Amino acid sequence: MESLTFRHTTKTPLAGAKPLAITGVVASGNLEVLLERVLPPNACEVAVETPIGGYGDVWEAVVADFVARAQPGGLRISINDGGARPDTVSLRLLQGARLMEG
Amino acid sequence: MPDVTDPQTLSWYEASARQRVANLLDAGTFEEFVGPAERAMSPHLPLFDLPRAFDDGIVVGRGTLGGKSVLAAAQEGRFMGGAFGEIHGAKLVGLLRAALDVKPAAVLILFDTGGVRLQEANAGETAIAETMRAITDARAAGISVIGLIGGRAGCFGGGGLIAGTCSRLAVSESGRISVSGPEVIETNKGAEEFDSRDRALVWRTMGGKHRRLTGSADAYCEDTVAAFRQAAIDLIETAPRFDLAMLEAEQGRLEARLHRFGACRDATEIWAQLGINDPDAVPAMTDAAFQEIAAGVTEASHDAR
Repeated sequence: MESLTFRHTTKTPLAGAKPLAITGVVASGNLEVLLERVLPPNACEVAVETPIGGYGDVWEAVVADFVARAQPGGLRISINDGGARPDTVSLRLLQGARLMEG
Repeated sequence: MPDVTDPQTLSWYEASARQRVANLLDAGTFEEFVGPAERAMSPHLPLFDLPRAFDDGIVVGRGTLGGKSVLAAAQEGRFMGGAFGEIHGAKLVGLLRAALDVKPAAVLILFDTGGVRLQEANAGETAIAETMRAITDARAAGISVIGLIGGRAGCFGGGGLIAGTCSRLAVSESGRISVSGPEVIETNKGAEEFDSRDRALVWRTMGGKHRRLTGSADAYCEDTVAAFRQAAIDLIETAPRFDLAMLEAEQGRLEARLHRFGACRDATEIWAQLGINDPDAVPAMTDAAFQEIAAGVTEASHDAR
């Protein structure tokens, strides 16, 4: 297993007040994303556990892109990966952020 | 909340465990115990370099169904085939034991499992035994345990054993109930005995229609969350007592079933003996047409699994 953690500073907090959301399932080519509103409003942390080692650069790019698009300030995001492709990861992250806004 | 879509059209087979339980119970009433934020995850999977799930593949909690208080557990068939591991099993056993104190109208188990998780087999097998014990304790205390089966993993291995201890079962066409799965039988006995790639054979031997016709399942649902909800509400009302007389009657019915159908080589032969005019037409039958036929088969309404 490879553990990766990415910390970002956002311009704004994520809208909404929902404290917790989870989306996706740990299955082949899929992943689960747990989002918790527990950090300062301008901070975002994404922690990844993946069985597929060696793709740290790809994860870093996907997470950075997500943070730039969603501005998920205040969220601690934890990922259990089942070998998802970058596009799936990106969609799940955006889906999770949308759930937290709801 | 996107977890709550239209239960009239939401497919049980396609839905996640979380979607099923949220839409099965009265809207907005489900309250989860030991949720994902508590991170009660498998202590064994990291040893095998396998990914874990925050809920270990099962969602447990309480809510109301038709206004009655219930406890509910939903297995996630897409995470490791919904298989029982140590934490997964402990959450289900804990829920069933809590029923003795909480005294709900029923405990609902939304099965979706291939059986025991091989990577933590001893803990998983123990969990199966503890679950069956906890179900019988709950039933002896007058609490019905209703099993709902229609997920992609079906209900196999120890899950099939647990289903056999439930008060009532509801199944959809794609729900399969058995102990040894098709691949297991083929591996041990050869493809001549059971060809696991013959999907039609698998479905007519283990699928929901066959289980309903032989009375193993007490209700047959179309593949929607709304249909399972209605079935669960109805089955709570009709759940049998749990006493010696009922168990002896069940044993008698199982013996009679073996005597009557023991020589059959295929499920269609059983259906013919049950008085179904055109047994070959059953697999392709619509849910509505099948329900009409099942209602006329006396074997389909007794307590024997």
